[in-house]
Order: sequence, then C-alpha cells, then structure tokens
Amino acid sequence: MRKKDVPQDKSNLESASFKELCYALDENGEYVTANSSGWDPKTIALNNAIQEINERIEKAKTRVLNHQTSPVEYYMELHKMDITILASYVGMWSWRVKRHFKPSVFKKLSTKILNKYATVFDISIAQLKNIESDK
Amino acid sequence: MKIDFKHNQSAHCENGVVSNLLKHNGHDISEPMVFGIGSGLFFVYIPFLKVNYAPVISFRPMPGLIFKRFSKRLKIKVKHYKFRDEKKAQIALDAELKNNNPVGLQVGVYNLTYFPDEYRFHFNAHNMVVYGKNDDTYLISDPVMEKVTTLTEKELGKVRFAKGAFAPKGHMYYPINYPEKLELEKAIKKGIKSTCRDMLAPIPIVGVKGIRKVARLIRKWPIKLGVKKANHYLGQIVRMQEEIGTGGGGFRFIYGAFLEEASVILNNPKLKELSYEITEIGDLWRDFALDASRIYKNRSSQEDGYKKVADKLVIIADKEENFFKKLKKAI
Repeated sequence: MRKKDVPQDKSNLESASFKELCYALDENGEYVTANSSGWDPKTIALNNAIQEINERIEKAKTRVLNHQTSPVEYYMELHKMDITILASYVGMWSWRVKRHFKPSVFKKLSTKILNKYATVFDISIAQLKNIESDK
Repeated sequence: MKIDFKHNQSAHCENGVVSNLLKHNGHDISEPMVFGIGSGLFFVYIPFLKVNYAPVISFRPMPGLIFKRFSKRLKIKVKHYKFRDEKKAQIALDAELKNNNPVGLQVGVYNLTYFPDEYRFHFNAHNMVVYGKNDDTYLISDPVMEKVTTLTEKELGKVRFAKGAFAPKGHMYYPINYPEKLELEKAIKKGIKSTCRDMLAPIPIVGVKGIRKVARLIRKWPIKLGVKKANHYLGQIVRMQEEIGTGGGGFRFIYGAFLEEASVILNNPKLKELSYEITEIGDLWRDFALDASRIYKNRSSQEDGYKKVADKLVIIADKEENFFKKLKKAI
C-alpha cells in the first residue's frame, strides 16, 4: 500500500472521532505510518455482521413473545453473547443456561438465579422477566 | 498522580503496548520490530472453533504469544500477575502506579466505553497501559487510539474481569529486567526463522497450506451453506484481515515495515527487496477483501464471484510460499 492510497472512507470510527493507524510506503519507497478514517470493504463487513446480530435479536424477541423461549436468550443476543460466554459470566454450566431458555423452567427460577442474570445484563429483575418492561 | 508516559498510536494493541512500555524505559523499539521479533505474522484456520457464529480464521498467533516470544528472544524479564479478586487486582495496580510504574493490562473489549459501539465485541485479549490515576479515574493509554483516554474504577474493573474465552483475570504485566545490551540482530533472525517455519508448516490448516485450504472451502460455501451463511463467513475473513489491529492486509504491511528496519540493522539489502515483495502481497490481500466485499454487499449468489476470490487466495498462497522460502534463505 502506498501512502497516497491509504483509504479515507467514511466509517463507524467517526462516531468516536478517531482514525486508525496504517503502515504504507511513501514516495521514496520507505515505510511510514498514516492514519485512515476507514475503508468501505471492511465497513460493509462490519455492518453486515451487526445486521446479522440485530436479526438474531429480533428473532429472539419474537420467540420470547410467542413463549417459545425465555427472556434469557433475548438478553443474551442483545449483549452479543453466545451460550458459552453467558455461562462463564453467570458462573454456571452451559447446559444449565440452555435449560433456562425453556419458558417453563425460567418461570420457576429462584430470585438468586434471576439476580445473577439481571446483574450480568445490568437490568432489574422486572425487566428480566418482561422484556418489554422499561423499569 | 500521573506518570510521565508518552503515548504513541499503533496499529495493533499488543505490539503497541510493548513498544510504548519499552520506549518508556529508554529502549527505542518500534511496533513493527516487536511484531517481527515476536513472529506475529501467521495464518491459521480453526474449523472447530466458532467466533460470532463463523469458523475462526486468524492472521496472528495466540494472544500474548508475540510479547512472550519477543521478551524471550531479547532476554527481557517480564513480571505477570493474575488475580481472582477484583479488589486485590485494583490494590496491586494502584501500588504500581504509586511507584511511578506504568503497567500493561489485558482487558475485554465489550465494556470499553470509549470504543465505538459497533466495535464492542466479546474479545478479551485487548491490551492497554495505565499510567496514572486521578481520584477514581484511571489514565489510559490505549495504543490503537489516537489520544490517551480515561476509565473509572468501576469501568476498568469490569474490563479487567471480562469473562469468556481468554478471560483476562485482571492480567497485569510490566518489564522488570533488561540485559545490558539488547541483541537485536540475533533476535531478528530468530523471529524471521520462526515465521518462515510457521508459514511453511506441513499442517493443512496452518500458513500457506491453511490459505489454500480456505480457498478450497470458499468455492464450496455457497452450495454447501447457502448464500447467507457463505457471505457471513466471507465477511468474517475480511474482518479478521482488516479490522483495527492488523495495519491492513492481514499484518503484511507491518511485516514489510519490519523487514525494512531489519535490513538496516542486519546490513542485508536482500531484506529490503523482500520488504517490497511482502508489500505487494499485502496489496493482493487488499484486492481480495475488495472483491469479497462486492459479493456480500450485493447479498446475491454469484457462484463465479466466490470462485474468483478463491482463485485470488490461491495466487496469494503461491506467492507467499515463494516469499517465505526466499526469506528463509536470505538470513
């Protein structure tokens, strides 16, 4: 990459107003560092990944409202987690977390367990029980 | 309190922290030098490990390994601490700061408040330097950021004790002992040899062979997985290759900068030629990313599109095989 070709496309970095560092050759064929504000191919890749996550969140939401899964799964998706990550945050086995996705099991959970989830997701127990509640 | 610490922006966090800590201790070692001596250039495809619902394709070795090799090859002693208790981790950090000692920390990215939301994923091997504290606010030098920043006690505690793969467990480190003279020549040669060995390894998922394997898979993805998943996987490769940290082209340009520096130190003009060659290969990786992005942008199924990017990867693999063979001979 030549210094003059270091891309200056619009990207998500703008919101934090910083540019990333790249290494490129200058006119004399010597390596220098240059800042880049972003590059379209990777912005598209990132946006696609985010869209994918949003689709997952929406899907989980619908499933919660249809009583096909518990709010735990919805909040897990909302926090970009998977079962392994969530399990390690709440300090339980993955299969136990997975079991808590079942609405019938979720209903019977103790306050202690509910509290663990609420703390990790940084929400109240009321919000955990009802994903449409905002308190 | 504030330690007089100079923040330099870098492309990659691990090299950047090491380079900045060394500079603080009076050793002028650049980011590419850390990367090259630590054998940072790599390629691996790990089909059984999924991140973000796609198989892992990595352009770098395991987190922490670059630093470990670098310090070993230069005989620098580094002190590492890990903690179970968040409170104890904070007390230990505060004690170091009081001693006027800036320290490196391993942290999780997900709760880093100064990162743009879009970049906050559950990735636990980010690195930063803490160089001071005012009341309950820590002064942070995050090498990928242009300027220094801050985090509150609570925020820093959260990122130091992020959970999941590579959980940092409060990991804190700093160099404690340097040899009288840093023997760069020897270390550079060792670093280069080890990179050549990795990239030419006779293992089907590593190095040049790994690149060829991924090329073969890309051809099959649209038929085997469907367009949506194939595009998601392809996007993941581009992100691993280009996202903050690689300096572009899957670290190939940083490596070019390293070879340029190495050619002066070792007085070996051949390395300068090879620096240009890896730069050209880096450009090919950029082309590959550009073509790949055209495929997933349109979200359409162009089977010949997948074939075309796969062909590009095969060309890259051939060039890299040739390149690393020459590099091995040059030192």
